[in-house]
Amino acid sequence: MKRTQLLVVGGGPAGLAAAALAAQRGVETMLVDEQPRPGGQIYRSGGFTSSTLDRLLGESRRHGAELVTAFEHSGAVYRPRTSVWHLDPDGEAGLLVRDAQGAGASETIRAERIVLATGAMERPVAFAGWTLPGVMNAGAAQILLKSSALVPEGRVVLAGSGPLLLLVATQILEAGGRIAALLETAPRNMNAAALRRLPRAGRGWREIARGIGFYRYLQRRGVPVHFDVDGLVAEGTGALGAVCWQSGGVTHRLPADLLLVHFGVIPVTHATRAIGADHVWDQAQQAWRPRLDEFGATSVSRYAVAGDAGGIGGAQAAEVSGRLVALDAAARLGPMSRDERDRLAAPLHKKWNAATAVRPLLDALYPPPAFAADPADDIVVCRCEGVTAARIREAARRGCTGPNQLKAFTRCGMGPCQGRQCGPVVQALIAAVHGRPIETIPPMRVRPPLRALSVGDLARIARADSDEAY
Amino acid sequence: MFRRLPDDERDRVVLTFEDERIEARRGDTLAAALLAHGRMVTRETAGGGRGPFCMMGVCFECLVDVHGRGGGRGLQACMIEVCDGMKAGRHRTQSSDEPEGAA
Ligand code: FES
Repeated sequence: MKRTQLLVVGGGPAGLAAAALAAQRGVETMLVDEQPRPGGQIYRSGGFTSSTLDRLLGESRRHGAELVTAFEHSGAVYRPRTSVWHLDPDGEAGLLVRDAQGAGASETIRAERIVLATGAMERPVAFAGWTLPGVMNAGAAQILLKSSALVPEGRVVLAGSGPLLLLVATQILEAGGRIAALLETAPRNMNAAALRRLPRAGRGWREIARGIGFYRYLQRRGVPVHFDVDGLVAEGTGALGAVCWQSGGVTHRLPADLLLVHFGVIPVTHATRAIGADHVWDQAQQAWRPRLDEFGATSVSRYAVAGDAGGIGGAQAAEVSGRLVALDAAARLGPMSRDERDRLAAPLHKKWNAATAVRPLLDALYPPPAFAADPADDIVVCRCEGVTAARIREAARRGCTGPNQLKAFTRCGMGPCQGRQCGPVVQALIAAVHGRPIETIPPMRVRPPLRALSVGDLARIARADSDEAY
Repeated sequence: MFRRLPDDERDRVVLTFEDERIEARRGDTLAAALLAHGRMVTRETAGGGRGPFCMMGVCFECLVDVHGRGGGRGLQACMIEVCDGMKAGRHRTQSSDEPEGAA
């Protein structure tokens, strides 16, 4: 079995920063990532030059490239297209290494310490018609732009809330695309309302100004912006044909070819739940996150978390937290004294505080919409198994108290996505039926394989394991 | 639904999706190539066709069958890259999918 001192899972800003610093400090480090190129979703690139993309993505694209270069020179081993399908308490990780077209080979590696830097995903919100082809996450459109230089075309509608939605909207316009409407679920006077609620808002003026600037820009470019949007519906037979919504007491309907939705981001906690780490409910962000100490260590020995997977802080904070986790790893694994760790960590902790200061304001400005917690009965919640809200409510009324039991009642969460898309909605539905606070409903348990494996993959894993015996 | 930026000068790659010839660019994920071609449906369920939703490997809506790969269980089109001569088609999910309202 192969060994490494430190295994970093995930090649976004947190993972890259963690692996680079650990390797520079003399820790034998390997980084595995599912994508073919480093950068994570935020600094994703297709690996080709494009002056249009340079212009559209600007500073972010440059910074991502710098981070990747630093990582590549650090001496850390890099394994792209590699999924972790199993993690155990002794630091053994089952890896599935795929070629570009998806054929896999398995491998086991033992690490003294493992950093999970699995990032964030867009918050799944089940609304009528969200399963129709032509409805996608706004972040998906941004990935298509960054990695394949594709720009949305036709009658494009954006809906939801949050900085990413606004950013994607401006990028579409600047790439020469058109937007038929932007449907903002937050109220028009959101800034004032959020400010009143937030004593710490003083630090977030720039962010508010940016938000207001985005709306002004969109309106100047002729994009109709609707606020306080409720009752979002995607209509169509076979594919999206129109988008309906209510705002200002009026029901609207707009023909559409593409609906891009965004309701904020939540930590990807699949791996931390699989290792049985303690999680806490983040009320402000309406999501689970692992309980971590100030160096990112989880409640499970050997395992730490860096970046958004530990709670949404954004790319800057992710990078800083990656460095903190690396310092801690260096101190635990030998090459660094605790004193040195603490000395180097002090300015990083300050940086992290500064980078995350704006989060409470953003959380208050762009909360998930009310309809997120209360999908109508006929809406499909579990996309994989086709389980509707009605069936989940019915199971809850028949005595099902949590998402784990629900699997047996309905198969909800048992499809290939393993509850990644339905988990948050299921939690809200069960809480509502039982009239209990949402944080009392536990998240779905995760069992290996952490990734859906094919029969061929399993055969190869079995073969590799029996080879090990000799 | 999507168009390519004009200064994208990557090499062309030709693949087949259910007897349709699709021209893509080297480095495209299969999902990106299909969307650029206007094909929104990549998977069939009892409740209707589905297409790529997240483009980052978490939703599994982009499952396709690639000739000679994946052992029939479906591969995520957003996680694999196109290559010349690739043959693929919609994955048909055999699950407890029920048409809407069947509950
Ligand atoms: S589009 Fe979501 S997994 Fe591929």
